[in-house]
Amino acid sequence: MTQPEADSWQPSQLQLDRIRYRRSRTRRSVLIALVSTVVVLGAIVLFVGHAKGWPDTQKSFFDVRAGWDGLGAQIKALWLNIQIMLISEVCVLVFGAIIALLRTLQGPVFFPLRMLATVYVDLFRGIPLLIVIYLVVFGIPSLHISYLPKGSFTLSIVALTLTYTAYVAEVMRAGIQSVHPSQASAARSLGLTHGQSMRYVIFPQGLRRVLPPLLNDFVSLQKDTSLVSIGGAIEVVLTALNQQSQDFKFVHYVVAALIFVALSVPLTRLTDWIARRQGWVSGGAII
Amino acid sequence: MTSLTKNRPLLSIRDLRKAYGSNVVLNGLSLDAAEHSCTALIGASGSGKSTLLRCINLLEVVDDGVVELDGRDITDPRVNANEVRTKVGIVFQAYNLFPHLRVLDNVTLAPRKVHKVPKAQAEDEALAMLDRVGLRDKANARPDDLSGGQQQRVAIARALVTKPRVMLFDEVTSALDPELVGEVLELIRELSADGMTMLLATHEMSFARQVADRVCFLDGGRVLEHGTPEQVFGDPQQPRTRQFLRRITDAGRL
Repeated sequence: MTQPEADSWQPSQLQLDRIRYRRSRTRRSVLIALVSTVVVLGAIVLFVGHAKGWPDTQKSFFDVRAGWDGLGAQIKALWLNIQIMLISEVCVLVFGAIIALLRTLQGPVFFPLRMLATVYVDLFRGIPLLIVIYLVVFGIPSLHISYLPKGSFTLSIVALTLTYTAYVAEVMRAGIQSVHPSQASAARSLGLTHGQSMRYVIFPQGLRRVLPPLLNDFVSLQKDTSLVSIGGAIEVVLTALNQQSQDFKFVHYVVAALIFVALSVPLTRLTDWIARRQGWVSGGAII
Repeated sequence: MTSLTKNRPLLSIRDLRKAYGSNVVLNGLSLDAAEHSCTALIGASGSGKSTLLRCINLLEVVDDGVVELDGRDITDPRVNANEVRTKVGIVFQAYNLFPHLRVLDNVTLAPRKVHKVPKAQAEDEALAMLDRVGLRDKANARPDDLSGGQQQRVAIARALVTKPRVMLFDEVTSALDPELVGEVLELIRELSADGMTMLLATHEMSFARQVADRVCFLDGGRVLEHGTPEQVFGDPQQPRTRQFLRRITDAGRL
């Protein structure tokens, strides 16, 4: 291809008109979006503000003073949630990948492994997390086996990992199976073993595809760290509960909710950013 | 819609420009195509053949210039691109069939969802079109179960079934086995003989020579030389054209 020497192109009058037209359309769209946003928000404020119980609700749920006072204790308790979340997430990623790979093994030799993985997934996807936590946190210590962990911190992580590994394994398996068989043929044709082609070709592609649903599961996991309060661990929600039982203000729950939102939003943006930087996603708006 | 006058070209492209960043792919390209004509676009890879076809189908937004279809500027931002695309069929190099749909559903998708043709009628028409491309018996197959040549014929049927005014073929045989190239080219030859207006980006020089009324050699983002196949292949005027054709001849492709 020959490049034109020193591109001397100047947009034609027609093109300038088109550019002007497109700009005016963009301005119009932005304006419509702004106005409709203001109208909707205004309507909500009016509607809620005129509710009969609003003054009482405001006092209980939106008492900024009480919320602010309780924030410190909640942030301190948050550290426990973050620890549980991080450790669980790492465990879930590792075990989820293993289970997913086991479920995609082919051939009669691997039937026992495949079956074990399938039974595990069926079981733990089906049992409500709350029950798993009860069974693990209270069941394991009752065995009185000295080398098994007894602390509710460790056992909560075990319970969360058990449940979420089942979900994540299925997401990963869907990703692996969505990679076209021609990719496996190409990898095997180069002399890579089944394991190698899985490790270097199939799994990385599958994982990229299921990144958004994986993230979904992790945000869900973040929130479910609050269920460890069942075992008596003082985390954010239990802290809010205690605060509420002292001053009868529901604002503490609102604050706890905001903390969880603040925790999950950066994770979402981070994943979007990584995906964009790597060129994993071709399009689609972020917001 | 009938052609308005015999003299006005069905498709008229003037001073088309398309750049990706600093890479100017189309640089003031002009080209006319009369109704019922077959225009072959030849040129090296990267000379802008595919980009030109994608601009005509409005899959790319042009940076300047005009594409007129039936005397109407379709590159105007006020024009509804979806409506224009119902009149312009395109067939891609890699078939681009929808793998999750049966062959029949690939062909009936646009008639049913865009043209609102009732299901039974759409399927009748699709089966007739599949018959036309010789694949009626594959109507219930999945694209992945077909050979490349069969897939490409389905893709042609899919583009034809909505009765476009113009057909664009984007190197449709480049991904095919040599023995499968023939069946696809034969189909295109028949379509041209039936009077379909078409633009054909191709590396099949001998085919271009036989089928095309006119051959355009693209170079540096514009039509460097055009004429009848006899003129362009037999007596090229531009040094770049000669150089290109010589390379093709040396490779045994002409």
